[in-house]
Amino acid sequence: MNNLTKGSKYEWETIIGLEIHAQISSKSKLFSSSSTKFGSEPNTQVSLVDAAMPGMLPVINEHCIRQAIKTGLGLNAKINKFSIFDRKNYFYPDLPQGYQISQYKHPIVGEGVVTIDFKDGSSKNIRITRLHLEQDAGKSLHDQNPQKTYVDLNRSGVALMEIVSEPDMRSSEEASIFITKLRSILMYLGVCDGNMQEGSLRADVNISVRKIDSDLGTRCEIKNLNSIKFIKQAIEFESKRQIKILEEGGIIEQNTLLFDSTTGKTKSMRSKEEAHDYRYFPDPDLLPLKLEDSYIDLIKKEIPELPDNRKNRYKNDYGLSNYDSSILTSEKSVSDFFDKVININTNLKKEAKLVVNWITSELFAFLKKDNKSIEDSPISPENFGKLIQLIISDKISGKIAKDVFEEMYKFNKSPDIIVQEKGLNQVSDTKEIEKIINNIIDTNQDRVKEYKAGKNKLLGFFVGLAMKESKGRANPKILNKILIEKLK
Amino acid sequence: MKNQSISDTLKLIKSKKISIKELSNNYINEINKNKDLNAFIYFNEEKILERAEKLDNMKEDLPLKGIPLGIKDLFCTKNMPTTAGSKILSNFQPTYESFVTKKLLNSGALFLGKTNLDEFAMGSSTTTSFFGNTINPVSSENKKLVPGGSSGGSAAAVAANLCLGATGTDTGGSIRQPASFCGVIGMKPTYGLCSRWGIIAFSSSLDQAGIFANNIQDASILMYEMAGYDPNDSTSSNVEIPKYHDNLNSNVDGKIIGIPEEYSLPGISDEINQVWDKAIKVFEKGGAKIKKIKLPHTKYALPAYYIIAPAEASSNLARYDGVKYGFRSENISSLEEMYELTRSEGFGKEVKRRILIGTYVLSAGYYDAYYIKAQKVRKLISNDFRDAFKECDFILTPTTPSPAFPIGEKEDDPIKMYLNDIFTVPASLAGLPGISIPYGTSKEGLPLGVQILSKHFNEQEIFNAGYYLEQNNE
Repeated sequence: MNNLTKGSKYEWETIIGLEIHAQISSKSKLFSSSSTKFGSEPNTQVSLVDAAMPGMLPVINEHCIRQAIKTGLGLNAKINKFSIFDRKNYFYPDLPQGYQISQYKHPIVGEGVVTIDFKDGSSKNIRITRLHLEQDAGKSLHDQNPQKTYVDLNRSGVALMEIVSEPDMRSSEEASIFITKLRSILMYLGVCDGNMQEGSLRADVNISVRKIDSDLGTRCEIKNLNSIKFIKQAIEFESKRQIKILEEGGIIEQNTLLFDSTTGKTKSMRSKEEAHDYRYFPDPDLLPLKLEDSYIDLIKKEIPELPDNRKNRYKNDYGLSNYDSSILTSEKSVSDFFDKVININTNLKKEAKLVVNWITSELFAFLKKDNKSIEDSPISPENFGKLIQLIISDKISGKIAKDVFEEMYKFNKSPDIIVQEKGLNQVSDTKEIEKIINNIIDTNQDRVKEYKAGKNKLLGFFVGLAMKESKGRANPKILNKILIEKLK
Repeated sequence: MKNQSISDTLKLIKSKKISIKELSNNYINEINKNKDLNAFIYFNEEKILERAEKLDNMKEDLPLKGIPLGIKDLFCTKNMPTTAGSKILSNFQPTYESFVTKKLLNSGALFLGKTNLDEFAMGSSTTTSFFGNTINPVSSENKKLVPGGSSGGSAAAVAANLCLGATGTDTGGSIRQPASFCGVIGMKPTYGLCSRWGIIAFSSSLDQAGIFANNIQDASILMYEMAGYDPNDSTSSNVEIPKYHDNLNSNVDGKIIGIPEEYSLPGISDEINQVWDKAIKVFEKGGAKIKKIKLPHTKYALPAYYIIAPAEASSNLARYDGVKYGFRSENISSLEEMYELTRSEGFGKEVKRRILIGTYVLSAGYYDAYYIKAQKVRKLISNDFRDAFKECDFILTPTTPSPAFPIGEKEDDPIKMYLNDIFTVPASLAGLPGISIPYGTSKEGLPLGVQILSKHFNEQEIFNAGYYLEQNNE
């Protein structure tokens, strides 16, 4: 795939690495027992530890450790049996301790890999550098009062995983596929709810540009992007900005940037000179984290089927294409829906492609119109499966099926009942169809002559009339067959 | 009531010869008579009597029921303000009780008040407190001496019989050194024996709660009541705590006592060495064997300590920023100013000095040369002790290189001040338990102390050896 960007003079390659902050799905915080519920009244979920009261001590939440290990295993990564919690020291009003507890030199998870798939069926490996645990800060509220800043500590101490990738991506498209894939892995594992709007998943983007085959350029870091759309926009803008500077003979300064979603532009937050010296050192309140193989093995057993495994199963067992399989698996809920449908009947397994088509065309279109997710689909997987079975067994035509689908979606009814109530059963009785055809031939003798004289296109005209006559219920295969016979 | 022991007092209370209220009134009077010592920086008569009455009316029998104690003002207490001796926390009232003081309260102890200390426990003289210095009760009229530090208020309170015992914390010698200066017993147990939960942190990897008392038996009773595993402190140890006082045994026959040659420092006065020799001879008399041992990295202990402790302190004290609680400067017009003025007005000179040292040694480019190197030294020192304890049961040393010095004497020379901890710091770095026992006096008649160290969680043996020495104090 050609990922080069044309500048006014040269062609440029964009080099992208991501740091993803994923909030761990956990009822309580990383080092305290306060709740992590989103959207609560400010400062109602703050323990003495979260507010950094004098003499308070952090205690590690074992559930969060398990979640991090699970994630590491899901990213095909090395689990470090020895890791250390460090203090990252800096002053900010929403950082009550004056330091963030994080992992610096010895993270809990080491190198891993995530495979991303493209539309053309090809794929690429993005390497994971590391994953470490850290606590979130609180929130400064600047818009409540013209003179004052308020601090909400509900988020203070919430457990985050920072997942760092190697600079292996070469376009905004690759970055967006990567983060989509990573998000889906996290959701399959149940370690993060993946909700980007609520800030459960945020990304920092490291980006530089270079001419082909030359050394890496100076990178800039765009902080705290909370949607895939913004990540793409920010990369595209920043890549062009850097190319323009370089082509005009300038140099890139290693800055930390913020992305303004209203203007679509990046702006400087601080330069390298202004960068903090975080004075990392091991937190003496916490002992090094030591893991046993047996402990990791137990967690291994809890790992569910992940998107790549599912994708392969779909390809191997149902003969689906790589692309169809990755569409299905990119959202766990879609793939779960598909699995439920397909497991109703072995016939459906043989017609998996038909199931995929009905999910990705009809169902997606209806859900999208109502802004609903597949979990809230008014059509249950059971009824969905019944509908497909009616199609496969020629009980109804594809066209009728669309009408039935709409009824099912609107009234949450079983397709059998709809078909029965409305008398939509497909007519496969040859005698009945023959009767209709005879009738049509009789009343359209002129056209029959034209057809016989070689105007083959008229076949469609006769099919249409016969279908209309049967109220769409005639089995098209049988209808065609009889019609051609009769017109000979 | 002078020199009354805890067990005697408990008997008096139990037999109703004295009510807890009467007892409390006696101590209140003593404290009021000795206000000039400035041992207590918080003291509320009404609250004391309220608690005394409650205890008098309580039917339940408790192991420390009615025993009057002083609490170092580094332990967070729900019913008394907690200041760490600092302006920055001068208005701070915790809503929670530290693990250790809660245990003591549950055992029926009666807290008389909060005792003075060096600001944030940084010091060896109790002269850096925002609430003024404490005076050593052994001082003469015309020569006021420091009580040592940082737990100087507690040591002075016990020495002046203003309470039957007092809590302290020891980071590099903050219990043992003032105990020696004031002539009382000071015990710092193994790191992890007492929970640090609710104790204002100075240097988390070194801070450990301990006790001051008038005799070994009292110290062992109080230590037992304070110790114990706390799941809220990740560095707290889940070990069985023996009933030290029930197991006290003064037989030292056959015990091997290590004498580290590195502790014979040039320039240390004869009186210190004489007392040390005397203690050695007394142990020998009891059948103990004396063995010369080597602790080769001793001379690096003090520099390593003065890197590690300030490094941790610089981070631990970052939370005092004027945002959430405590003092905030009034003359601020920006966020930076809030930090700068709050912290420069709120902290004293010594605290600021240590924050600066700590910030420096953790900075990019200096971290490896200072902090990492100091950690390596710390490991070597631990190994020294580990090896030494393969050959001996105890190590016996002087507690301090000098007796109590006059107030103001080492104020302008931090290095001289830091040398006070030269005999106590190595064991702190290794997390070992240690006790200072009053033993002998200087030429001027000032109390001196010897230090007994042992293996991790070997507090019982330390109490036993101390018990022997106490009974053979000539």
